Amino acid sequence: MSDLDQPPAGAPQDPSGLGPGVRQSMLERYDVAAKAGGLLAPVLTALLAFAVGGLVVIITTGKNPLATYRAIFEGAGFNWLLPWVQGTERQAAAFNMQQTLIITTTLVLTGLAVAFAFRCGLFNIGGQGQYITGAIFAVWIGSSFEGLNPFIHVVFAAAAGALCGALWAGIAGILKATVGAHEVISTIMLNWIAIWIGAFLFGVGGPLQNDRQEFVPVSNDIVEGAKLPVFWGDPVFQGLHIGFFVAIAGLVIYWLILSRTTLGYGVKAVGFNPEAARYGGINVPRNYFLAMAISGAFAGVAGAIDILGWQFRLGTDTVQQATIAFVGIAVALLGRNTAIGVALAALLFGGLLTGTATRNLDPEVFQPELASNLTLLIQGLVVLFVGADVIVLWLMSRMRRKRPA
Amino acid sequence: MTEAAPTVLEMTHITKRFAGIVANDDISFDLRQGEVHALLGENGAGKSTLMNILYGLYHPDEGEIKIAGKQVQLGSPSAAIDAGVGMVHQHFMLIPVMTVAENIVLGHEPRHADLFLDIGEANERVREISDRFGLTVDPKARIQDITVGQQQRVEILKALHRNADILVLDEPTAVLTPQEAGELFGIVRGLTEQGKSIIFISHKLNEVAEIADRITVLRRGKLIDTIPAAGATEESLATLMVGREVTLRVDKSPSNPTDTLLEVRDLHVFDDRGIEKVRGISLDIRAGEIVGLAGIDGNGQTELIDAMTGLRRAASGSVKVAGKDVTTATAYGHFEAGLGHIPEDRQRRGLVLEFSIAENIALHDYRRAPDSRFGWLFPARLLERGARLIKEYDVRGGGPQTRAGGLSGGNQQKVVLAREIDRNPQALIAAQPTRGLDVGAIEFVHRRLVEERDEGRAILLVSLELEEILSLSDRILVIYEGEIVGEFPPWATEEELGVAMTGGGRGEEAA
Repeated sequence: MSDLDQPPAGAPQDPSGLGPGVRQSMLERYDVAAKAGGLLAPVLTALLAFAVGGLVVIITTGKNPLATYRAIFEGAGFNWLLPWVQGTERQAAAFNMQQTLIITTTLVLTGLAVAFAFRCGLFNIGGQGQYITGAIFAVWIGSSFEGLNPFIHVVFAAAAGALCGALWAGIAGILKATVGAHEVISTIMLNWIAIWIGAFLFGVGGPLQNDRQEFVPVSNDIVEGAKLPVFWGDPVFQGLHIGFFVAIAGLVIYWLILSRTTLGYGVKAVGFNPEAARYGGINVPRNYFLAMAISGAFAGVAGAIDILGWQFRLGTDTVQQATIAFVGIAVALLGRNTAIGVALAALLFGGLLTGTATRNLDPEVFQPELASNLTLLIQGLVVLFVGADVIVLWLMSRMRRKRPA
Repeated sequence: MTEAAPTVLEMTHITKRFAGIVANDDISFDLRQGEVHALLGENGAGKSTLMNILYGLYHPDEGEIKIAGKQVQLGSPSAAIDAGVGMVHQHFMLIPVMTVAENIVLGHEPRHADLFLDIGEANERVREISDRFGLTVDPKARIQDITVGQQQRVEILKALHRNADILVLDEPTAVLTPQEAGELFGIVRGLTEQGKSIIFISHKLNEVAEIADRITVLRRGKLIDTIPAAGATEESLATLMVGREVTLRVDKSPSNPTDTLLEVRDLHVFDDRGIEKVRGISLDIRAGEIVGLAGIDGNGQTELIDAMTGLRRAASGSVKVAGKDVTTATAYGHFEAGLGHIPEDRQRRGLVLEFSIAENIALHDYRRAPDSRFGWLFPARLLERGARLIKEYDVRGGGPQTRAGGLSGGNQQKVVLAREIDRNPQALIAAQPTRGLDVGAIEFVHRRLVEERDEGRAILLVSLELEEILSLSDRILVIYEGEIVGEFPPWATEEELGVAMTGGGRGEEAA
C-alpha cells in the first residue's frame, strides 16, 4: 500500500489529519471534519449561512440584517436567558421560549431519526412519512378509549406512534436488505403513501374523519386524558409539554445505543465499512433493517408527541403541508450525527422557525413576505454549506499552513 | 553511469514539518541524466513526502529545488509537469471507460478547430511515443479491458506525452506479476537510454539492487546515505533502511504435522459474473504445517478463500474446520468453528478504518462476554484488551483509542494479526499477509506465522510473492485456473513453480 499519507512511524499523529491530507478524498476529509473539526466547522457553517441570509435581507429589503436577526432572537424567546430582561417583556420571552422548545422537541426527534440512519450509511429521507404514520396512530388511539388511565393512554399512544414509524421505515429497510432497493427512493415513495393514507383517513367521509364536523377534513380531538401535561407555562396558551423530556431521553438513548451497545457497534461498523463488517461476521442486511426501524421509531414518536402535546388533532392540511421532518435532515447534517450536535442544531432551527413565525412580525424590522422564507433560506444554505464544508475546512487548513512570507 | 552525466534535479536541504512531525529533515537528493535513482525506506520514512514536494503537492518549509540547474518554485502539480516532472502513482489515475489514447492526451488534447477532439491525431501521437520508447499499447483499447501492467504503461506514456524528463515511479511493482515487473524493468532501461531520468520508489530490496544506479536510503525523515547500487547487497540495504540487523531468512525447524484441521473437498465456486473460478479443489491442511498456495493473481485464490471463510457460498463441495462442517455457515460460524482469517485487503476488508484499534480488535467477539453481556457493550474491556495486544504485537503509532486508519500499513496489519491470532484459532488462512509492508513488518509477520505453526495451528498461506511462499511453506500447492496443478516441496525452485503457475506443469497432476 502507498505510504504517501503516513507520518513517520512512532511520531504523534497529526490530530486533524489535515497536514498530509492532500491526497485524501473529499469523503475522507468530510470524515476528518466530522471528527477533528469538532465544533468549529459546524459553527462556521451556521455563521456562513446566517451571513449569506443577511445579505439577502439587505438586498431584498434594504433593512439592517442585524436588526432582523435580533428580532428573530427575541421572537424565539432566547432573550429569556438574559437575566436583565424583566417584567412583561420577560413573560413574552418565556412564552416565545416555550414555543421554540415545543418545535425543538420535534426537531430533536426527527433529527435523531435522520442521524441514526446516517450512522449506518443510510439516508432516511422518509422522516416525514414515518412522522405522519406515528401521528395517525397517536391521534386514533388518543381520540379513542375515553376514560382510560391517562398515564397508560399516553404511553400507549406514544408507543404505537414509535412502532408505526419503525414499521414504516422498516419497509424501506427490508427492501434495502433483501433486494438492495435504494433507501432514498423507497423512503420518498413511502412518504407519499403515508400522505395519501392520511388524506384518505381524515378527508371528508374518511374512516377517521371528525364525527361532529361533517365537512371539515380533520380527525376527532384527542381526549383530555391523552394530552401531555404542560410543565412550563399555561396549558391554555400552549405551554411546554412533557414531550420535551421525551426528546431529551431520545438524545440519551441515541448516544447509549451507539456507544454502549453491541447493536450500535454493528450499525456503525456497517455504516463505516460494510465489507469489513461482513468479513467480521456481522449480518449486514439485518443491521440495515434495524437501523431503518430505529430511525423510523424516532420519527414516529415525534409525530405522536406533536399530536399528544399540542396539536391534539390531525387534518389533511397538516398531513399534506407539514415539513417539520424534512428540517430534521438539516438538523442531522448540521449536528454531525452526534447527540449533542443534534440537540444544538434542533434548538437553532426551532428558534428560527418560531422567531420568524408570522405572529412575531414587526413590519418595521422586516417584511412579512420574507419572514418565514428566511428560515427556509437559512435551512437551505446550511444544507448547502454542510455539503460544501470541505471548503470551510480547506480554508481553515490553508490559514494554518500559511507561512510568514 | 558516467560521472560526466549532467545533474537534472537537485533538491537541497529540504525540510518539511507537519504539526509537530518532521517528515523530511534536511534532505538533499540529486538525480543525473539517464540514471535510475532509487529512493528506499520503510513506510513513513518520508520518501513520499519528498516526492510530493517535487510534484508540487507540498511546499517545503526549508530548502530549494533546482531543475536543470535553474531554481524553481513548484506550487502545484501543473507547475511540476511544466518543469518536466512526471509522476506515476501507485494507484493509477485513469478513466476506465475511456480509451488508452483518450486518457493519455487528457488535458493536452489535439483538437479540430480548437473545439473537437481529434481522435485520429491522438491515436497517432500515442503510437509515435509508444514506438519511440518501446512501450507497446493499443491506443484504441479501453482502460477497463487492459491488464494492470498495461495500465501502468499508459500512466508512463501520459507523463511522456507531457514531455516529462524526470519520471517518478511510486512503488511501481507493487501491483505487477513477476513477469510484468520484468517487462517494466526493460521499459525503465529503455527510457534511461533515451536520456530520461528515473526516481524509483520502493521498499523491495531485490528490485532496487537490480534496477538502480544509485540508492538513497531514508529513515524516519532523515537522509541515511546515498550509495552506488553496485556492491550493495539486500542485507546491507535492509540494515541501512531499518537501522538494525534484519534477518531476511526465516528460521524454522522442520514441520511436524499431525491432525487435519482444515479440510476442503471438491470445492466449486462461481464469481459474481457466474464464471466458475474454483473448479474442484481439495485441500488437507494439518496442525503444525504451513501450506503455501502459489499462483498468479486471478486464478481463483480470492474465490477459494471467500468460500472457505463463509463470505461466498460454494456451488458444491465441502469445507471442514477442525472436523466441523462449515460449508454453509456464515462468516461468524467459521470464526466460531476455530478459523482465523487474515484477509487479502486489510483496508477494504480487514479493518474498519474509522474504528479505534480496540474496536477493531473486538470485530468478531464484541457480541459475547467479556466484551458485552445482553447486548450491553463494555468499552473499558475493549480498551484493556486493545492495550494488551498493542504491547504484545508491538503496534506503533497510537494507543487503543487511536483510529486504525491513522496507522501505517505495517501497524494496521499487526492489528489484524493480533485480532486473528489472539482468538486462538485452530486453523489460520493468511491471504497476502505482507502485501505492501516494509522489511521490518514483513519479518515480524513471518516470524509470527512460524510461531503459530509451532503452536500447532494449521496455516494456509496464499501469496503472490514466490519468495514468501518458498521461505515460509512446508508444502507448496500451485493453483492455476481454479485447479491445484501441482504439489512441491519447500526446496522447489522459483522456475519450477513459475512453470506450474502458468499452466506448464499440468501433467504432474496425475503423477
